[in-house]
Amino acid sequence: MNALISISHLTRIFDVSKPWLNRVIERRPKALLTAVSDISFEVEEKTTYALVGESGSGKSTIGKMVVGLLKPTRGDVTIGGVDLLRETDRAKVETARSDIQMIFQDPYASLNPRWRVRSIINEPVAARGGDTKGLAEKLLEQVGLSSEDASKFPHEFSGGQRQRICIARALASEPKLIVCDEPTSALDVSVQAQVLNLMSDLKDEFGLTYLFISHDLTVVQHMADKIGVLYLGRLVEEATPKDLFDDPKHPYTQMLLAAAPKMDGFGREVDPPQGEIPDPINPPSGCAFHPRCPLAVDRCKQEHPEMRHLRNARVACHLAE
Amino acid sequence: MAETVLSIHDLVVEIPTRRAVLRPVDNVSYDIKAGEILGVVGESGAGKSMAGNAVIGLLNRPAHIKSGQVLLNGTRIDNLPDEKMRKIRGKDIGMVFQDPLTSLNPLLRIGDQLTETMLAHLDITKSEAEDRAVAALEEVGIPAAAERINSYPHEFSGGMRQRVVIALALCAEPSLIIADEPTTALDVSVQAQIIALLKRLCRQRGTAVMLITHDMGVIAEACDRVAVMYAGRLAEIGTVRDVLTEPKHPYTEGLMASTPLASKGQKRLRQIPGSMPRLGALPTGCAFHPRCPKAQDACRMDPAPTLENGAACWFPIDTDQKVSA
Repeated sequence: MNALISISHLTRIFDVSKPWLNRVIERRPKALLTAVSDISFEVEEKTTYALVGESGSGKSTIGKMVVGLLKPTRGDVTIGGVDLLRETDRAKVETARSDIQMIFQDPYASLNPRWRVRSIINEPVAARGGDTKGLAEKLLEQVGLSSEDASKFPHEFSGGQRQRICIARALASEPKLIVCDEPTSALDVSVQAQVLNLMSDLKDEFGLTYLFISHDLTVVQHMADKIGVLYLGRLVEEATPKDLFDDPKHPYTQMLLAAAPKMDGFGREVDPPQGEIPDPINPPSGCAFHPRCPLAVDRCKQEHPEMRHLRNARVACHLAE
Repeated sequence: MAETVLSIHDLVVEIPTRRAVLRPVDNVSYDIKAGEILGVVGESGAGKSMAGNAVIGLLNRPAHIKSGQVLLNGTRIDNLPDEKMRKIRGKDIGMVFQDPLTSLNPLLRIGDQLTETMLAHLDITKSEAEDRAVAALEEVGIPAAAERINSYPHEFSGGMRQRVVIALALCAEPSLIIADEPTTALDVSVQAQIIALLKRLCRQRGTAVMLITHDMGVIAEACDRVAVMYAGRLAEIGTVRDVLTEPKHPYTEGLMASTPLASKGQKRLRQIPGSMPRLGALPTGCAFHPRCPKAQDACRMDPAPTLENGAACWFPIDTDQKVSA
């Protein structure tokens, strides 16, 4: 299997300081927020790689850097063998770019309300001067809508149908990779099932690769071939769904799994996890999870754990075994 | 047997529009007992929040209660004038909403908001109220409560803010709490904390809770009984264990089966075709029939029966048969 996406030492730092004058008057240093810190992973062709994490873990920032909406501060994103940031041959970058599409969380905000569905779906192809005749109609039928819907406007559709339109638009330029940023979290459960099934079907049909970003462990367990768990901008564990859910190695993964509501957890009395996600502007020293970790020892406070192989997984913890 | 705190009888909420009269809540009845958590679950547009708002008298015009009764501790509250209803809100019924930032006043310190609520509803002095405010914050697990009492809402994290909102809802010792999607805006680990907190406080004080949510997992963990709503009507009501393990209504069954949690390694999820109908275009007969795998002629013609066998369905799923088959 070839790696379609290869990400190494990816880092993104945001400057969240106050304006220059305020800083001078209040004598404050620049405030820097490290949203993504030194992350490396590979996504194999025709698989689904899921990134999970709570808010502020940097999962959406990674997605944006992969599609090129944000520039990394450090590190490389290589897609299909082309380093999108350093490749000097414009033509190569253009081809690589056209292989990437994105589906966003909110189907209400990601469709232009003044455009007809046909123009929305044709746009990725039309923008590159491709032939769009009958394209929208064909794609609409492939995502479970009817070809007559092409002349309607987005407001005539429900949330689930809009997300199908977003998927049709993403498919229009025949991409290899689709980055899905929380594609179903704005949808109801029964509609979510429809969209997830559609996404799995299309993946088989078109040989797609998904980078699937979600906070919902159950969705990720169902969809992913490999899962990366993020905490405060760092990858803490990477494993297949089976390994991750049967044998979580990082204490944060264990905590997340224990905290997730269970369908058969009637009247379950659990000790809820302690503490909250720390401030990313002043993250804790050493391992970012140590203030909440039940296992933490002195070493965790001083030394940041490197990613290491453990059985079938990769984990960033000094103590995991 | 604990006494009944809230009792809703045949509640109908109507919204007159130019084209038609919409019924976001149609003939809904349920009781909540002291110390009990009733989950109200359904997808968007099911009328679950509308039913909650009708109970606390917060319906926005032109929506109004058309018929039916709402009884709180045995007295009718659905026909009270606004002035009296305002006394009941906060004093007898506490509220927790989805977004903790919009339910707190950003310009007032946390402590002032708590003491203001207590002074308005309880017969106590200012200094007593201040002491109680600190105690209330300690109870909901806010560290260094005595100092944090002078903080503004923006100085708290999302989970901490929701704790403050819960303290605020509980500070006048209400007999009923209506929690409308209290954990939807929160992360999984914080959600577990907030649910554990709600459960603990309500058990201790014998407060009845109406927990409105779309998340079946939250229902399973937190509630004693659950009411499933679809298109303004109750589809099914019963104890959490019964409804979740042996659903009688095909909608409940479909809802359960379509969560990825229930897929257990299957490649495809079970899906319910279509989506919830719009209130202006409800199908005839049972509102669920166009999406129902078992729909027959009776379902297309006659409105679904009332909740006699625990489910509003002409052909409820017979769990005994399922076991033997």
